[in-house]
Amino acid sequence: MIPDIGHYALMIALIVATLQAVLPLAGLSSNNKKLFAFATPMARLQSLLIIIAFIILDYSFYINDFSILYVANTSNSNLPIIFRLAAIWGGHEGSILFWVTILAVWTLAVTFFAKELPLRFRSTLIAVMGLITVGFLLFILMTSNPFERLAFIPIDGRDLNPLLQDPGMVFHPPLLYMGYVGFSVAFAFAIAALLDGRLDVTWARWTRPWTTAAWVFLTLGIALGSRWAYYELGWGGWWFWDAVENASFMPWLIGTALIHSLAVTEKRDAFKSWTVLLSICAFSLSLLGTFIVRSGVLTSVHAFATDPSRGLFILVFLALVIGGALLLFALRAPTIGLGEKFDLLSRESLLLSNNVVLFTATGAVLLGTLYPLVIDAMGLGKISVGPPYFDVVFVAIMVPGIFLMGVGPIARWKKATVPELAGKLKWALAISIVSALLVPSVMGKLSLMIFVGLLMAFWVMSSVWVSVNTRLQAIPTGTLREKISSFGPAFNGMLLAHFGLAVFIVGVTMVKGYEQESDLVMKKGETKLINGYAFRFEGIKPLRGANYVAKQGQFYVSKDGQPVTLLTPEKRLYLAQRAVMTEASISVNPVRDIYVSLGEELEGEQKDTWSVRVYFKPFVQWIWLGCLLMGFGGILTMVDKRYRLTKVVK
Amino acid sequence: MRLKALIPFVLFIILIAFLGKGLFLNPREVPSPLVGKPAPNFTAPILGDATKTFSNADMKGKVWMLNIWASWCAACRDEHSLLLEMRKYDLPLYGMAYKDVEQDAIDVLAKMGNPYIVTATDQDGRIGIDYGVYGVPETYLIDQSGIIRYKQIGPITPMDLREKILPLLKELNS
Repeated sequence: MIPDIGHYALMIALIVATLQAVLPLAGLSSNNKKLFAFATPMARLQSLLIIIAFIILDYSFYINDFSILYVANTSNSNLPIIFRLAAIWGGHEGSILFWVTILAVWTLAVTFFAKELPLRFRSTLIAVMGLITVGFLLFILMTSNPFERLAFIPIDGRDLNPLLQDPGMVFHPPLLYMGYVGFSVAFAFAIAALLDGRLDVTWARWTRPWTTAAWVFLTLGIALGSRWAYYELGWGGWWFWDAVENASFMPWLIGTALIHSLAVTEKRDAFKSWTVLLSICAFSLSLLGTFIVRSGVLTSVHAFATDPSRGLFILVFLALVIGGALLLFALRAPTIGLGEKFDLLSRESLLLSNNVVLFTATGAVLLGTLYPLVIDAMGLGKISVGPPYFDVVFVAIMVPGIFLMGVGPIARWKKATVPELAGKLKWALAISIVSALLVPSVMGKLSLMIFVGLLMAFWVMSSVWVSVNTRLQAIPTGTLREKISSFGPAFNGMLLAHFGLAVFIVGVTMVKGYEQESDLVMKKGETKLINGYAFRFEGIKPLRGANYVAKQGQFYVSKDGQPVTLLTPEKRLYLAQRAVMTEASISVNPVRDIYVSLGEELEGEQKDTWSVRVYFKPFVQWIWLGCLLMGFGGILTMVDKRYRLTKVVK
Repeated sequence: MRLKALIPFVLFIILIAFLGKGLFLNPREVPSPLVGKPAPNFTAPILGDATKTFSNADMKGKVWMLNIWASWCAACRDEHSLLLEMRKYDLPLYGMAYKDVEQDAIDVLAKMGNPYIVTATDQDGRIGIDYGVYGVPETYLIDQSGIIRYKQIGPITPMDLREKILPLLKELNS
């Protein structure tokens, strides 16, 4: 009974969302203002219905209602409650329902926080979001009904994939989806602006906080996913250039470009059609990512069971939404106008170069991701594109971008001069070069990649310092604290995000350059010395979890006779799916991680002998710390009062 | 409308075309390097009677099919009815129980019907390694001179049978 209510809620939501889309658009074309009034109530009703459906499905997980096919497939009564609730996004049908639920949340947010927008514009915006909702609801109801019932109710469910039974599962998908789907707001803003013919500084100001919010979610979501992969997959990698990772990374890159381009549009009324195009691209890449994950056109660790009819549906939807948007852009963009002029060297031109770099990087990632598909589609064979391509190409493209990132915030709008910039940055450059040589000499190994990586990181850090200093000098009076708070959150947020990127680069460079890996065979009671640390293997302890049994290795780690930590990597057997999982054990510290993962017990006479893998990962936590700082930087920029609309703009 | 503004749209159409084509391709379906090569040699005990063995050499001079399956594999069960139906064609079908518990495999055949002339066993998966098996079911069509002519990864569908296997069989027998 209750699941049927969920199903009906989705059907009614489809009707309401259709009205939400059609009525305001009809109003726009016939200039009938009365029709605009429908947008907000319809949007709220539709969102509420979808959220109800979502809650009902999650409730069904909570009470273990295995009469629902989806629940029976992705949950189990022995699954801990928190994973049962999160299992809702552990499979295809629930993920899509979750997608549309997040869209409902964003739609609700728009109806509440965008009240100050002119009625006509706001209604068009909501209508565009309604169109997207209609597409996804149709997709759910036609191909992926999460409320499908089973005639014979199984005694127990088939359980959630053990890889997903981790706290990461609770937080990573929601954050990621908030980011992905959040770009739909920027997209709707762009489409509404094209339809409405309203594209000016205020448009950019309205769009900025929404875009930044989506970007912050995406940043944190990707970072969390990366950290999860790091400890869960058992070999200490943090980024794999997997098709699905790329699918989340591409909207992030374009979103980053969009944030910067919006800044120019807002401040200087320039790059307008470019900004609109980026808004379309960011969400298009989100949709493309959804297509890649849901259709199975590319192999990936994230792939769900696939079904060509689903892929076809999303593809048609993709073609209509993105194709329509780009066609509208082609028709209307030339009328937008160019905005204010700027010099070849100015903050505008530097931000434009940043955009070109980010756009090219996205193109390179897209190319690498889709290349196997293209080659296969042309009948030229089967290939795969791996990390060597991405590492080389991506770094080569980003290095000039990061160099410019140090210059951009210091350059003046409209016109900057080389002597002025060089004067401000010469010491930053000198310090960066010296530090980038000094660190490797302490670590005892230097390579080109290490030097370049550290140079970029120190360059960004020192240019952040120069930015702060320049601003401080411009304010003649007041204490340091007063001066800094007078910068405004937007400026501080920008600096924090840039600094975060530098921290991230330090992490990446140090791990890539100095990580160490040893494969060991250890007998109970044995001690081995690796990298200055003594590892004593005290054997295996059996463990029992809620839905698994485990063998837990006991490794006492000490340095120079001082105990450091006890590491307890596990090998778990999940009972419902008879699947074996490796749980790494990690000792975390700001400058190094010790990562131990348990291999197999050796067969034969040598009892209590196990293969063990030990990694030393210097500064690896800086990778995620950097992402966290970027995210906080984004949050800071959003609280700037400039974006709080207090009065109705007519 | 300036043409420049159409560039994103055109690029997108090209992308969609490839994605559309990609939907009908299977990225996991890697062409087997064994197709066109001699079938790897094996001699394996027969299911239910370990005193006897079956070898690919026994089949020299005949076109035959080797189906690698297991009682623990759900996809094999989906394929089972089609295999039973295939008995009407002039194609000797031999089974290979892959990493299976002998009694389980016997039970499945007793319950669902036995499409195989003989089922060999590959308890430790060694033969599977030689044949490049990475997921059951997998099926090989082997010609008179012992050359693998076709490899099916995953269950045979009626369409595979109609469009690939039967035409090839006809060609090999003529």
